[in-house]
Amino acid sequence: MSDLTKISLSQARDGLLAKDFSAKELAAAHIKMIEASGALNAYVCATPAIALAQAEESDKRLQTGDARPLEGLPLGVKDLFCVKGVASTACSKILEGFTPSYESTCTAQLWNAGAVLLGKLNNDEFAMGSSNETSVYGTVVNPYRGAGDVPLVAGGSSGGSSCAVAANLALAATGTDTGGSIRQPASFTGTLGLKPTYGRCSRWGIIAFASSLDQAGVITRSVRDAAMMLQQMAGFDSKDSTSCDIAVPDYEAALTGDIKGLRVGIPKEYRVDNMPSEIEKLWQQGEQWLRDAGAEPVEVSLPHTKYALPAYYIIAPAEASSNLARYDGVRYGIRAEGKNIDDMYAQTRAAGFGDEVVRRIMIGTYVLSAGYYDAYYLKALKVRRLIAQDFTKAYEKCDVLLTPTAPSSAFAIGDKIDDPLAMYSNDIFTVPTNMAGLPAVSVPSGVDGHGLPLGLQLIGQAFKEDELLRVASVLETAADFSHKPQQWWVS
Amino acid sequence: MSEDKKVDTDLVRRIAGLARIAVAEEKLPQLAAEISVILGFIEQLSEVDVEGVAPLTSAVDMDLRQRTDEVTDGGYPQDILANAPTRDEDYFAVPKVIE
Repeated sequence: MSDLTKISLSQARDGLLAKDFSAKELAAAHIKMIEASGALNAYVCATPAIALAQAEESDKRLQTGDARPLEGLPLGVKDLFCVKGVASTACSKILEGFTPSYESTCTAQLWNAGAVLLGKLNNDEFAMGSSNETSVYGTVVNPYRGAGDVPLVAGGSSGGSSCAVAANLALAATGTDTGGSIRQPASFTGTLGLKPTYGRCSRWGIIAFASSLDQAGVITRSVRDAAMMLQQMAGFDSKDSTSCDIAVPDYEAALTGDIKGLRVGIPKEYRVDNMPSEIEKLWQQGEQWLRDAGAEPVEVSLPHTKYALPAYYIIAPAEASSNLARYDGVRYGIRAEGKNIDDMYAQTRAAGFGDEVVRRIMIGTYVLSAGYYDAYYLKALKVRRLIAQDFTKAYEKCDVLLTPTAPSSAFAIGDKIDDPLAMYSNDIFTVPTNMAGLPAVSVPSGVDGHGLPLGLQLIGQAFKEDELLRVASVLETAADFSHKPQQWWVS
Repeated sequence: MSEDKKVDTDLVRRIAGLARIAVAEEKLPQLAAEISVILGFIEQLSEVDVEGVAPLTSAVDMDLRQRTDEVTDGGYPQDILANAPTRDEDYFAVPKVIE
């Protein structure tokens, strides 16, 4: 039965429709894998009873020919998404015990499409991190191992999602991406990570980090699987004031494989110092693969690229300090005792927030404080416009952009956790996209000298996820990534 | 933008107060050092000429929607209060504010 966990989401769909296996068998196979996966720490709350009940309902529908688009397909959900009746904590101590009485729009749409919930997945606390080491539930371990069997991070903040999909603990998983939190973990685990356009998927019911940058997306094993997931998650939602009322095309139908004449921009500013030669080579290989498929590479310039990261580390903490003001020990989560109500707030927040979250709230509070607002926050918003304009100008000369996803392969656990700047620099290639609100996808494209996965990133134009996925599927076919981790965690 | 300004413990204490986070005195110097490093990194933005550039506040070019002013939700205090650390009937309860 374990083979049922190794197939793709679309293969599972086809198998269920052909009655090769039942939804209950599919769910049970995954539950068994999850039970044996403790060493990876991908799940923070498994929900086998919910999974089996949903699978039973799916089997009835499959029997009566009443199957919905994701009928019976077991998924993992990043802990940032509120799921009704299931603990949802953003992997923060401050939300310990929080059980929402409502469902995020994205997950509601997945359940309405027949998907099955396997459980909640680990992430960096409030999605603040690039290695899934800041979670109150501990570090996620990458299923891939490098030289000397040193345990590696699975990337972050959606490290539980990337790990679960890579280690066959879910057919697909939801994620969120504020500065690279879907794409970088996908690159580190040989999985596919899609961050849609800002406004494409509702943010309602997703625990907020930086509201002008946060976007829900998916980690999957193939481009087609990502298309299937996005099809159900995308769409207008009146409960999210920045949700866009734009028609959702048929994403699977867009995967024609035809990219003849498509112009692929290669931004020269992404050729950074100290980039490993393996990544540089893979990037050139990717360009060649797309050229071979009939696309036309063109060099483009995104001159403000190097300022994206510093601007991000003003804007994201500023929004976080505002969003996280709600955790005050009154309405949900933990409460610490204090001398008075003000002290109760301060003690609660000190007890509930981890080091990285405190750092970011402090930075955000500082850049928004009287006397510094113009110099830091307002300036960063102006730089953000210049970054967005860079993309607009580039798209006069090309249709999509091709870049590396991350400046390295997965690094060792503990390597960067004490050096915030080294950690932040992981997102150097992914942050600009969030600043401009554009869709992007990381496609597993090769391995480095230690056999660790490397991803290439494609960046699309706003709301053209169909075109983006079409190019991604061509890249996927050419790269033919087939490396799998050894199952060392199953004893 | 100020030039390579080091954050001292007094400033960190003040920011922590604004952020309503209790930070122990002995932890202030380390936090000041960490924040200084991050602010030093952010200072790069002083190189960028933003003369005449309007701030970008939304990633998508859109007008915020309006809707009819009417009640569309509510009426379930038990759900709202379900996660409260302490409650008193249909109210959130907090430490006494008025002596």
